[in-house]
Amino acid sequence: MRRLVAIAAAIAVLSACEREDREFRPPPVGTEAEAPVTLSSIAPGTGPAERPGEMGQAYEENAYHLSEGKRLFTWFNCKGCHANGGGGSGPALMDDSWIYGGALLNVVQTIREGRPNGMPSFRGKIPEEQIMQIAAYVRSMERQVPQDAAPGRNDDLMPRPSEHRLPARPAVPGGTVPPSGQAPQ
Amino acid sequence: MRCCRPALVALPLTLTGCTGWQSSLDPQGPQADTLATMFWVFTAILALVWLLTMAALFLSLRRARAERAGPLVLEPQAERSMTRAVSAAVAFTAAIVIALTVVSYAAQRALFSSHEAPLTLLVKGHQWWWEVTYEDGQPSRRFTTANEIHVPVGQPVLIKLQSSDVIHSFWVPSLAGKMDIVPGRENRLVIEASKDGIFRGQCAEFCGWQHAHMAIAVVAHPAEEFERWRENQISAAEPPDDPLRKRGMEIFLSRPCVMCHQIRGTPAAGKVAPDLTHVGSRLHIAAGTLPNSRGNLAAWITDPQGIKPGAHMPLMKLAGDEIEPLTRYLEGLR
Ligand code: HEC
Ligand code: HEC
Ligand SMILES: [Cu+2]
Repeated sequence: MRRLVAIAAAIAVLSACEREDREFRPPPVGTEAEAPVTLSSIAPGTGPAERPGEMGQAYEENAYHLSEGKRLFTWFNCKGCHANGGGGSGPALMDDSWIYGGALLNVVQTIREGRPNGMPSFRGKIPEEQIMQIAAYVRSMERQVPQDAAPGRNDDLMPRPSEHRLPARPAVPGGTVPPSGQAPQ
Repeated sequence: MRCCRPALVALPLTLTGCTGWQSSLDPQGPQADTLATMFWVFTAILALVWLLTMAALFLSLRRARAERAGPLVLEPQAERSMTRAVSAAVAFTAAIVIALTVVSYAAQRALFSSHEAPLTLLVKGHQWWWEVTYEDGQPSRRFTTANEIHVPVGQPVLIKLQSSDVIHSFWVPSLAGKMDIVPGRENRLVIEASKDGIFRGQCAEFCGWQHAHMAIAVVAHPAEEFERWRENQISAAEPPDDPLRKRGMEIFLSRPCVMCHQIRGTPAAGKVAPDLTHVGSRLHIAAGTLPNSRGNLAAWITDPQGIKPGAHMPLMKLAGDEIEPLTRYLEGLR
């Protein structure tokens, strides 16, 4: 009996490896050319159904992809307009209201194609795989990702709790709120 | 004797590791000299102590013991001589420890007494490469390069060490000791090369996946050659004149490359990856991972993750006919 428990515990430890499984040369996420351009804020269903949902899940459940996304959020200067998610000249990303939808694929679309009221397009400037990482990280600021995968605290001072300490929020279906230009100010 | 012959042959071979472009035992400047001298003083004294101890141990094991009258009988004569021997050994040990402390302290004083130098560099450790900025009173003469430090022979150079992410350690064994690079702090180190040559340095604090591939080259030139190098580095990249390289530049500017890399003289102004303004003039690419050649540049931009898995340069999908112009463009950035 004792031995069985020990073996079970050893196997349970292994399950933690998946959390930050690192794939440096991931299978292609699909090329940019194939992705449909959608600038409309209205999409059928809960988001443009261009890719199987599991693809996004693999990014959101993986601590490595999320921390890479966090690094790139600073590297590619998303911070310049969105601050640490609290918003600046761009809208806040850590709240649960989304102009263009908060599903992973909506966020991917926002980053890749840009949005009319001042969000630049990063098509061709950020490789597709990294867009997925950044989008997954954006969703972690709203704690739409598993807690054990969400990034921990920063080395420097942060104006808000780290991603893994934020309360989880229910997913908000996207594409129903008018663009910020028309939203009541 | 037969048994030991392979060992006798192999032992001197290991000594060949003591020279070369990365060795504390082959010092190439005053700082490294100080350290090497200290090392040899310690080694000599401690080897002597070890030999004496072993000899004493051996002798006392071999010596025939005089018969004692009984286990509890005191022998004042023997007691006294033993006390004397132990006291002498203690005094001798204390003297050696104090002397070595003084030697070590003197070496520290020699290494860290001065932080003044005619040339100041800012070296920033990144996962897994080095950013090198040459400071200058005139902002237009400041410039940044990567993974390679050039210094004039016979002049002390002050290096300010900073980190952008985790703890690294700057170590060019032929020129100086290790100095840790701690995020949020600035550590300082003075190096000086007393003759020209190329010296290899290596990150000496484990910093992640590609820690082993985080090398830096220090190139020491005569002063006028160094000035020529510096003037060239200050200048922006020359615009390409042949059509192939022009196309290479267009590809570079329309691709993710511009998000991370800077090429002065073009709109590419990324600040998070090595400055490529004069990448063609460097000895190595990817922090000493590959020698700089057209073939290696092509290999790197096609598949950085195959060469340095985990490096912060992503795999980008370039078309087959884009590699050649891009590589030629980069190679020509001298
Ligand atoms: C030049 C400033 C600027 C930069 C840089 C920028 N954004 Fe934006 N972003 C905006 C603005 C402005 C909007 C609002 C657009 C609109 O309402 O049409 C926006 C919108 C968004 C949205 C949609 C929010 C919603 O409610 O639907 C997301 C997601 C987003 N940005 C993520 C990013 C990421 C990730 C980056 C970095 C790769 C980035 N942004 C860089 C200005 C910027
Ligand atoms: C996401 C940021 C990023 C992008 C995009 C990027 N690089 Fe890099 N690049 C890096 C980093 C980081 C390094 C240093 C890697 C290392 O040595 O660990 C590097 C290194 C290099 C080097 C070697 C420089 C040296 O001196 O060692 C070359 C050449 C290079 N990149 C070319 C390119 C080209 C060409 C492109 C576009 C096709 C590109 N890079 C896109 C981040 C990037
Ligand atoms: Cu290291």
